[in-house]
Amino acid sequence: MSAPLIWIIIPGVFGIFALLITNQRILFFLGGVLALLLAFIAIIIPIDTALQFGNLSLKIAPAIEILGRRLVLIPADGPLLAIFYGLVAMWLFGAVLTKTSNRLVPLGLLISSLMIASIAVEPFLYAAILIEIAVLLAIPLLLPLNKTPGPGLMRFLIYQTLGMPFILIAGWMLAGVESSPGDLDLAVQSATILGLGFAFLLALFPLYIWLPMLAEEASPYNIGFIFWIMPTITIIFGLGFLDRYAWLRASESLQQALSIGGIIMVVTSGLWSAFQRHLSRQMAYAVVAETGFSLLALSLPPEKAIQFVFLLIIPRSLALLVWALSLTRLHENVGLLRFSNVTGLARKYPFASAGLILAHLSVAGFPLLAGFPVRIALWEGLAAESLGMAFWFLIGIFGLLTGAIRTLAVLVKAPQGTGWEFQEPSTTSIIIGFAVISLFILGIFPQIFRPLVGNLPAMFEHFGK
Amino acid sequence: MTIVVWVAVVIVSITAFVLLLSRDWRIELGLLGIQYLSVFWLTSQHWPMSMAAIKLVTGWMAIATLGMTQLNVKETIVRGPQFWPQGWLFRLFAAGIVIVIVIASTPRIDSIIPGIGLPVIAGSLILLGLGLLHLGITTQPFRVIIGLLTVLSGFETIYSALESSILVAAMLSIVNLGLAMVGAYILTARNPENI
Repeated sequence: MSAPLIWIIIPGVFGIFALLITNQRILFFLGGVLALLLAFIAIIIPIDTALQFGNLSLKIAPAIEILGRRLVLIPADGPLLAIFYGLVAMWLFGAVLTKTSNRLVPLGLLISSLMIASIAVEPFLYAAILIEIAVLLAIPLLLPLNKTPGPGLMRFLIYQTLGMPFILIAGWMLAGVESSPGDLDLAVQSATILGLGFAFLLALFPLYIWLPMLAEEASPYNIGFIFWIMPTITIIFGLGFLDRYAWLRASESLQQALSIGGIIMVVTSGLWSAFQRHLSRQMAYAVVAETGFSLLALSLPPEKAIQFVFLLIIPRSLALLVWALSLTRLHENVGLLRFSNVTGLARKYPFASAGLILAHLSVAGFPLLAGFPVRIALWEGLAAESLGMAFWFLIGIFGLLTGAIRTLAVLVKAPQGTGWEFQEPSTTSIIIGFAVISLFILGIFPQIFRPLVGNLPAMFEHFGK
Repeated sequence: MTIVVWVAVVIVSITAFVLLLSRDWRIELGLLGIQYLSVFWLTSQHWPMSMAAIKLVTGWMAIATLGMTQLNVKETIVRGPQFWPQGWLFRLFAAGIVIVIVIASTPRIDSIIPGIGLPVIAGSLILLGLGLLHLGITTQPFRVIIGLLTVLSGFETIYSALESSILVAAMLSIVNLGLAMVGAYILTARNPENI
């Protein structure tokens, strides 16, 4: 047994076979259980360590070789695999409520396995191609056959595809920088091309225009999954570059670019969110803000940066899951998610409305919610570096909060004397209720995931020190 | 031999140029087929013939996928937003600018990355530039896929000089074929009555 076989090949092969299963309930159950099992194995069985069960010895080898290239998952990757597949399981279990299992389970598992492969592959440059293949698989997930593709989907395909050549060329140039470190021009050129590649992949300002467009066009749950998985893994892939090249890690220009890029993302997404009148587009701006937070975290001194980047993962994932679930519930009932269509819906769908608002507030860093502890820590870290940055960070947060309050006002607005008419299925209410409670638990006791998240920097050779 | 390579560059320029102007999918796929032939020739400057043939075979398979799909879908004219100038004169002018930029920048890139060869750089940049222009002025799925395939051809031409791994060639082929399949899927989705 090898780690890549368990966490890359098995979910990938299952994803392919799952395409043949049409029963939604069986799919959701099998897919969710498989993802949960993979998370559980990652927690209890360490990679590359022999375990004795009586006379039986079990050891998961860290690498396999395919056509002369290696897929390697080191022991330090264990916590990431546990968190990643745990979150994938939550998304797949949630799919049954949204009746999207027949697409999300097979394609979600295939995309997940490709994303993990992109972290595991050596040489790591191949990751860009694996991410591109995952992007291609995301298209059928986002576009059902009975819908006309919109401009958002086409831009998603274009922008993500354009990222790959830049990363591959940058990788080749970075190898040149390694062999001749004194060549400053080559270093600047390669860093610029690398930056362009990541700007496309992570949808950085101003290339994030497709996010709100796509959010408006696609199913909220499926788009939520893509909005969660793509930036999360791409950021970890980006960390790999920083870890590998010391000159890149130490570059002050890069730190400045990251902090300016991050703050622009946070401020602009906050402002657009404050004036937005479409609930799905609000979610897209929250994703833009989350990417901005990650860039800001990366701009801090390396020992803090890596911790903050990983601390952001779980609150972001949970908030997006609650947000996507709640949006799907509302979407199924009203179709268009414009403010004019959802006015007063809190009286019919109180759990979905509450989930939506609380997820939005969590992304905005509202106290007691999952996003709060890491936002306040990040804000403190930024203030230590630059008060100006801390001020603009606050403006962005204020914009996101305004968006949440406007959504709240629209959802609860109803003529005087209007009564409550519960129309939510009890299963939906229970699941959204549990997810909301977990947002609070993570906000009040942020240390519960510390044992898992705290070890994540060890994935990297230099960051981990 | 060098003349033949430059002929490939001229062919690439003509096909990418006409792809930008044409509105008939049959002509566009035919041009794309000729373009892949030139890309194969340019790639073979750095790769063995048998390996460079991967580009040709993959490209033609992608064309076959798109062609089969187009044959089976009802032709519907979907007009995208018209906020950009899109007339043939504008496209001609924009393509001219791209060609001028390519002529100006080819020797510079040759000095930055020596050993690739001027024709390979020029061919690659023309495909990249005109492909990007193509992507910039259309939102129609079929044309977007053609634009992306053109951009990728340009990238793969120059990348073949830098990386000669068989696995990379295979993975890039998967990307090209995947793109064609995604294109076929999107074209079918536009016409649900054809399902």
